[in-house]
Amino acid sequence: MEHIRTPKVENVRFIDRISSRKAALGTLYLTATHVIFVENVSETRKETWILHSQISSIEKQATTATGCPLLIRCKNFQIIQLIIPQERDCHDVYISLIRLTRPVKYEELYCFSFNPKLDKEEREQGWKLVDLNEEYNRMGIPNNYWQISDVNREYGVCDSYPTEVYVPRSATAHIIVGSSKFRSRRRFPALSYYCKDNHASICRSSQPLSGFSARCLEDEQMLQAIRKANPGSDFIYVVDTRPKLNAMANRAAGKGYENEDNYSNIKFQFIGIENIHVMRNSLQKMLEVCELRSPSISDFLWGLENSGWLKHIKAIMDAGIFIAKAVAEEGVSVLVHCSDGWDRTAQVCSVASLLLDPYYRTLKGFMVLIEKDWVSFGHKFNHRYGNLDGDPKEISPVIDQFIECVWQLMEQFPCAFEFNERFLIHIQHHIYSCQFGNFLCNSQKERRELKIQERTYSLWAHLWKNRVDYMNPLYRADHGQTQGTLHPQTAPCNFLYKFWSGMYNRFEKGMHPRQSVIDYLMAVKEETQQLEEELEVLEERLSNLKKVQVNNNKVKNMQQDRNKALRLSASNNSIANTPQEYSNNLKSFPSRSPSQGDEEDSALILTQDNLKSSDPDLSATSDQESGVEDLNCRSPSGGCLPSEDSGKDPDSDEAVFLTA
Amino acid sequence: MEFSELIKTAKVENVLLSGPGVPAVKGTLCITSHHLLLSSQPGGDGEQGTVELWLLIRNVDAVEKRFASSSGTITLKCKDLRVLQLEIPGMEECLNIASSIEALSSVESVMMMYPFFYRPHSMKLEQGWHLYLPHHYYQQVVAETSAWRLSSVNRDFATCPTYPSAIIVPAVVDDEALRKIAHFRQGGRFPVLSYYHKKNQTAGTGEGLDQPSCPSISAPQVMLRSGQPLMGPNKKRCQEDELLLKAALCGRARGFVIDTRSAQAAKQARMTGGGSEPKAAYLGWKRLHRPLESRGRPLQESFMKLVEACNDPSLGMDRWLSKLESSKWLSHVKAALSTACLAAQCMEREEACILVHGAEGTDTTLLVTALAQVILDPDCRTLVGFQHLLEREWIQAGHPFHLRCAHSAYSHARLKQEAPVFLLFLDCVGQLGRQFPFSLEFSERLLLALFENSYASAYGTFLCNSEKERSLCKVKETTHSLWSWLNQPNQQKEYLNPLYSYNALVIWPSVEPQSLQLWQGLFLQWIRSSQYLDEAWAEIQRLVEGSETPTRTNGAAHSQLLLPH
Repeated sequence: MEHIRTPKVENVRFIDRISSRKAALGTLYLTATHVIFVENVSETRKETWILHSQISSIEKQATTATGCPLLIRCKNFQIIQLIIPQERDCHDVYISLIRLTRPVKYEELYCFSFNPKLDKEEREQGWKLVDLNEEYNRMGIPNNYWQISDVNREYGVCDSYPTEVYVPRSATAHIIVGSSKFRSRRRFPALSYYCKDNHASICRSSQPLSGFSARCLEDEQMLQAIRKANPGSDFIYVVDTRPKLNAMANRAAGKGYENEDNYSNIKFQFIGIENIHVMRNSLQKMLEVCELRSPSISDFLWGLENSGWLKHIKAIMDAGIFIAKAVAEEGVSVLVHCSDGWDRTAQVCSVASLLLDPYYRTLKGFMVLIEKDWVSFGHKFNHRYGNLDGDPKEISPVIDQFIECVWQLMEQFPCAFEFNERFLIHIQHHIYSCQFGNFLCNSQKERRELKIQERTYSLWAHLWKNRVDYMNPLYRADHGQTQGTLHPQTAPCNFLYKFWSGMYNRFEKGMHPRQSVIDYLMAVKEETQQLEEELEVLEERLSNLKKVQVNNNKVKNMQQDRNKALRLSASNNSIANTPQEYSNNLKSFPSRSPSQGDEEDSALILTQDNLKSSDPDLSATSDQESGVEDLNCRSPSGGCLPSEDSGKDPDSDEAVFLTA
Repeated sequence: MEFSELIKTAKVENVLLSGPGVPAVKGTLCITSHHLLLSSQPGGDGEQGTVELWLLIRNVDAVEKRFASSSGTITLKCKDLRVLQLEIPGMEECLNIASSIEALSSVESVMMMYPFFYRPHSMKLEQGWHLYLPHHYYQQVVAETSAWRLSSVNRDFATCPTYPSAIIVPAVVDDEALRKIAHFRQGGRFPVLSYYHKKNQTAGTGEGLDQPSCPSISAPQVMLRSGQPLMGPNKKRCQEDELLLKAALCGRARGFVIDTRSAQAAKQARMTGGGSEPKAAYLGWKRLHRPLESRGRPLQESFMKLVEACNDPSLGMDRWLSKLESSKWLSHVKAALSTACLAAQCMEREEACILVHGAEGTDTTLLVTALAQVILDPDCRTLVGFQHLLEREWIQAGHPFHLRCAHSAYSHARLKQEAPVFLLFLDCVGQLGRQFPFSLEFSERLLLALFENSYASAYGTFLCNSEKERSLCKVKETTHSLWSWLNQPNQQKEYLNPLYSYNALVIWPSVEPQSLQLWQGLFLQWIRSSQYLDEAWAEIQRLVEGSETPTRTNGAAHSQLLLPH
């Protein structure tokens, strides 16, 4: 690779930013796709793999006596600090990474070299897993009111829309084309969600080019057609998701919003969601708070409030709730737009769909939802997530916010979602990883031109294959919470919006619950199922051979034993517990050398094993601590309790817990 | 005094009761000596009237009145944080009801409280009172080591009025010395053993047998607690006190005094006769200062501000976070947990002895010693063990419940000695439970029940300020114990954590702000609907229990096999 100035640097120190533990010494490798750090400790040789596409910034800090520090921030919120002994090496690594993390053409991205060893057929099957035509059929479309339109064949009308678009039957090609000319980037109103119970629908578009007084007959007819497609209602809501001020400013540029007087039977509504620049800055501010070392509660809450992040999340959710309510309770169709109709509109439409339809709360349905409202309708993944080197002002955590909305809902409705938090985290990871082709480019058109489906693999197939990892054990299809529309509590509800440490501090394992309820329950569920099957077999035998005395107690005991073992393994897996710095002036303590290996953050990293399984992501179940508990408890020497295995010695407690 | 004198109107018809999250109901309101009852009118179809409200009047924290023409509205703000509204027809009735509730809820005399009148059929008096005597715990310790002895110096509460009669001290210190030390410690609270930390419990049990009283390295660590030393401006010393702490070290090189005040405050305390152990006088002991709010206003005000913020529906997202911040409640949680962890760390990792005290040694001191034990000792994390701990480290250790829990977050009364120290402890335990969902045998529901009962209860467990007072009031003879009620099998089930499995390890929590959460189950209990969370909890129970007890088909098979052949 011509961009790699130095493929290997030895004696690099890898600083654990969270614990004040001594740095790990090892070797740093640069490859075409990854940065790899391998620890020198011979038994473990722990590896940390970071995809170039995950790197969001590299910071070379002032050289110190110990070497030259390099700070790498990742888009999945991992932060890595390296100290490279030689300034020259550091510079080389820095320059190489600057280039490697800013690819200029799609072919440089990892998905074009990633090979999960599937044959051609499997690859094709993978891409067919999510089929949007099937999805519209599921909604009950085409029907008397809605039809598929081929007006955008060959992307002739709108190059950021898919070729197949669903529109009201009464909207002729003439109306569609006319309307598209009156809309930013020609993104005319098209169907996003249809509720077959009451014919209400959610449509989406970009802003009208209304300026101060312009009108467009076809656009007015288009909205009329949408209204007519819902015989139960005599008006539609037009929801502009921008703050009113922003929308008004757009009028000066010949854009703007619908004038209620010009359209028959619309009700116009602003919902103030801020633009991508505000959101980018907000995330930036929140991440600064997450990065603080041992902040006080006040620092943290002030910082969180100051970032405005949760306020923005709530604004998006409120918009979704408004639309879901209009559709489900009032039976009124809604047209949603923002400026271009590919950021806020995508967020709001998908939140509303998720609230309305239980299907989108299943594993498969959620993939379909992202495919429908984000991928097919031309959300600009490449620009927003900076896959290729581009304008930094285009970058914004738009889909991250949607994913967080889903998490906030999961917290409020723990039984309503078939998938778990890990599923969301892995999707977020892969939106940035470029390991799969799904989220490449800015539109369907670009993806077709690149022949993504022939040259890369689909994330959905990969997630589907590993779906057991992503299941929520509390989900039951027949549970009351799963049914129908979700009604999140509205006022007062501010306290229901919580900081998502599982995402933004996901690599700071010490902050999270040390025992995974989900994993344990999942294991219980599986075991119960197995035992029931076993039991069935036994019962069958019993009825067949009545005289044979089967010791049923055995079954019962077996069941109990298994349960015990299960629980043990579940807690073994998850006890990754070490004391933190609770003391700030115990430096006089004698230094006690750690007697345990440094296994602490094995789950934080992307190991070779994980990579092979094409899942370079952390997995809560892969802790290497498992068994630590047992071994240590019974160790005759008993010198050191397992909970001390971090090897953190108290005299290195530089971090202050009690900044009084 | 007769209760009837306080009740001006005992019964009013057509009272409309409303509260958050429940539909309003109309019914008949009755006031009895201890309860407020509202029974709804029988429906048209011959339906029986049902009791919609059964409120212990002691639970009322504040009464607010509002009048409109001929009717009035009384807002009852309860100590369990619930807010209820009663719309009462008739001005006079309304005024009477309000003043009756006010009078009844502020009866000062302990002996007039409900526990002395409560006589449920299913329980016998004196049942639960002997379940958790600290005595038993101390005997276990004494059985294991000869370095400590049980002393009856406080048999008649003469040496220390806030200690129980049974206490445990270093064996070499005789009762005479203890009496002298009591004069040197605030409130007579001389250093006593609070916790005996057996490390490597699973490793070897037989080892202790042939070891002398003061083994060297593998000796168990001890945690002591006391009141502050009364050094005063002249830096008075007490030889016996120094000897006691020296003996507590058990030959170990070091011990730590964790003072729950700042160094500055400890120094200032000398002006009023208090102080903190000087290094020179106590060889081997090092002082650590960890300021915790406990007494008086700051903690109580923090509680009040937080509850106010939770109850304010007009707050926007931003204002909510800043109100949460400015209440400082989570900062108190963090400080309490950090200090307890520090104490635990000193014992577990430094293998040192600990002495914890603040000023009186009845508030933050107990917060720290009790929390440290939950962190260190798996036995304290069981349902029974936790009750043991509460009895030993809070109730018998002389936490003044009567004073601290006289009012909750709503009261307009002038603050006297109220402080939610015990609530803070329960909150911290809840934080541990969230971070280690398998490690506590009891669930959040137990913590909620304890919170409610500490402020208003039908049981005598949290009455009075000390053992001495309880014995004077004959609490054990004439009231029921909360423990005997909690330990009824059907109740117990309610409070168990289905996910529990014994975890022998120390549970080191994270005290990062990202890891500490507002206790929604308590502070938002009456504000937000918990329906979906309750459903999730039921689902967890279903899953775990479904896997433990034989399934229905299994059960059938089982009974088949039990048939005689």
